[in-house]
Amino acid sequence: MEEKHSINSSTLINNTQLYALVILRILIGWHILYEGISKLINPYWSSAAYLLDSKWIFSGLAKAIVSNPTLLTITDYINMWGLTICGLCLLLGIFNRYAVLGAMILISLYYLFAPPFLGLEYSRPGEGSYIIVNKNLIEVLALFVLYHFPTSHLIGLDRLFSESLKN
Amino acid sequence: MNDELTNNQDLKRREFLKSLATIPVFGLFLVNLWIKIRGDALKRKNLLLDLVQENEPPAIISSLSDSKHLNIGVIGYGGRGSHLVRGAGFATKGWIDYAYTASKENSLHKAYATFMSQEDLNCSLVGVCDLFDVNADLAIDASQNDIRPGGKPKKTAVRYKHYSEMLAQDHIDAVIVATPDHWHSRITIDAAKAGKHVYCEKGLTRTFQEAIDVYDTIKKTGMVLQLGHQNRQVEANDKAGQIIHQGLLGPINLVELTTNRNSPWGAWVWNIHKDGNINTIDWDTFQEPSLNKIPFGQEALKRFFRWRCWYDYGTGLSGDLFSHDYDQLNQIMGMGIPKYAASTGGIYFYKDGRDVPDVWHVTLEYPERDMTVLYSATLSSNNSRGNRIMGHDATMVLGGQSNAGSVGGFRVIADRESTQYKDRIDKGIINTKYPIYNYSPGSKQIDGVTSATSQYFANKGLLYAYRDGKRVDPTHLHIKDWLDAIRTGGQPKCNVDVAFEEAVTCAMATESYLTGRRVEWDPVKRKLI
Repeated sequence: MEEKHSINSSTLINNTQLYALVILRILIGWHILYEGISKLINPYWSSAAYLLDSKWIFSGLAKAIVSNPTLLTITDYINMWGLTICGLCLLLGIFNRYAVLGAMILISLYYLFAPPFLGLEYSRPGEGSYIIVNKNLIEVLALFVLYHFPTSHLIGLDRLFSESLKN
Repeated sequence: MNDELTNNQDLKRREFLKSLATIPVFGLFLVNLWIKIRGDALKRKNLLLDLVQENEPPAIISSLSDSKHLNIGVIGYGGRGSHLVRGAGFATKGWIDYAYTASKENSLHKAYATFMSQEDLNCSLVGVCDLFDVNADLAIDASQNDIRPGGKPKKTAVRYKHYSEMLAQDHIDAVIVATPDHWHSRITIDAAKAGKHVYCEKGLTRTFQEAIDVYDTIKKTGMVLQLGHQNRQVEANDKAGQIIHQGLLGPINLVELTTNRNSPWGAWVWNIHKDGNINTIDWDTFQEPSLNKIPFGQEALKRFFRWRCWYDYGTGLSGDLFSHDYDQLNQIMGMGIPKYAASTGGIYFYKDGRDVPDVWHVTLEYPERDMTVLYSATLSSNNSRGNRIMGHDATMVLGGQSNAGSVGGFRVIADRESTQYKDRIDKGIINTKYPIYNYSPGSKQIDGVTSATSQYFANKGLLYAYRDGKRVDPTHLHIKDWLDAIRTGGQPKCNVDVAFEEAVTCAMATESYLTGRRVEWDPVKRKLI
């Protein structure tokens, strides 16, 4: 007999669907966590190079950040710790809603600061071929799915705080 | 009742397990992270701690500027002269407006902030000599400008029509010589004889005999001479020297130095000032030391403002750019004067009446060091080649494309046939595709560099230097180094000994091109053969 889980009041989901969503959450969490940690342990990492190559509507803001050492340091810290914390939360399934939102905001910004639109040329070499849609955009959308199909209260530390355990 | 309790406990245990289900994944992550960090640390340990003896980066030497107020005169206030005077702390109102506006329009434009954060060198610009009235007025304007590090200037400048009048002033301690090259030796010698310390722009002299005369006069008078190779202040060059001194490159038999520029400005086709005419330019004094004299007119105007294009006033690529690259190498490796120099080239792109080559190459031979130094330059391609010091065990690449946007850095790449690193290469600790050492000062602080020519200088480390990760103008540091040496009676970094080596090497290369034969240096008789 197939066990049914309730994702929220209006959605029913079977085990396979649940595990697929949990694996998606873990993979994104793993990716973001390592992105954050690799920046934390590299004393030379800075968002400056990425920001300097920024195109489209946020390029002015990017330049302003790079030219101000304080702002640049703050931006670097937000990225390093933001990615690490969001990644860890997604992986462990804790404070999931906030972690998903935080990760969505960060990755949306990476997309918006350097979107792969036609006519925008970037000096850094790309690691793939993109028109409009790139991996950042897909990851944002995957996080959007995770936001609307939360799983941490079923598999993850959030379950410890959920009603089902307290009962 | 018991069954219900057991069921309930079982349920709770399952609930608990589900909440901790992803912990093993996190554990797997941590194990992999630990392996990665440990592997990287091992590699770094093998590459850095083992190979490079890390020294503390040079700090700015404690200020000596409060000990004695110095009065400075400037002879030649053109593009370079005005930069040197800014390095001493005096900028024109026009330049301040330009730099301030540029910083407002482009927040990455740091010239204004860099200038205003310079140390006040406790000196005054009190004398100006320029053969073009407009430039002389600008220098006086700079000496009076309150917007400077240290605030209102203590004294302001007086104009002297001829440099000899300036040298006759007792209150002037030191002079900056930034005239065209054909005046360098005469002014430097006269200044030293008049008891003035000299900062002279490169190339030190136009001819070999002038180099001998300048050297002898400075040694005899004991005045402090600083030659204008501000690369001497770039810490990357000291670091590079340390790495080579440790033998990390192995035996070095070949060095390649290059210049690539591709703009009229870079080829000295400079603007002819709209106010330049017979009334504002002292043309007769300008051409006094040169062999070929011409009357004032359109040709004279071109020669006055684009003097680097003619051997009458300069030596083209030799004194302007080869001298920088040679001096950088001399700083890093202590090359000294070569035994032989041979050079070739031609006027292949700028057929505008100049007589200096725009494509030019020099071979310097150092048989006693088993080494050849090649220099190759073109003024019609921006294909930045960088400078390469090629050793049997590793190659050091400076400038050019080596530092991917950062300035004044270098990298060292092991050679796959290296003897010294064979074990490490075989074990996979060293990958010859990637640098074993990468030095990019200021890489966490990226600044906008405006023009292609600025970028050229920046890659050569001539525009910016870094102290404690903060950008400073090496021209300012070089002027400060000179003033400090005057105050302490010490020697500046580009003193008369290394200046002489630069002047003789450049003269050998120039003479070889002009005579079409290999030139030999006789260090005993101090003669060129």
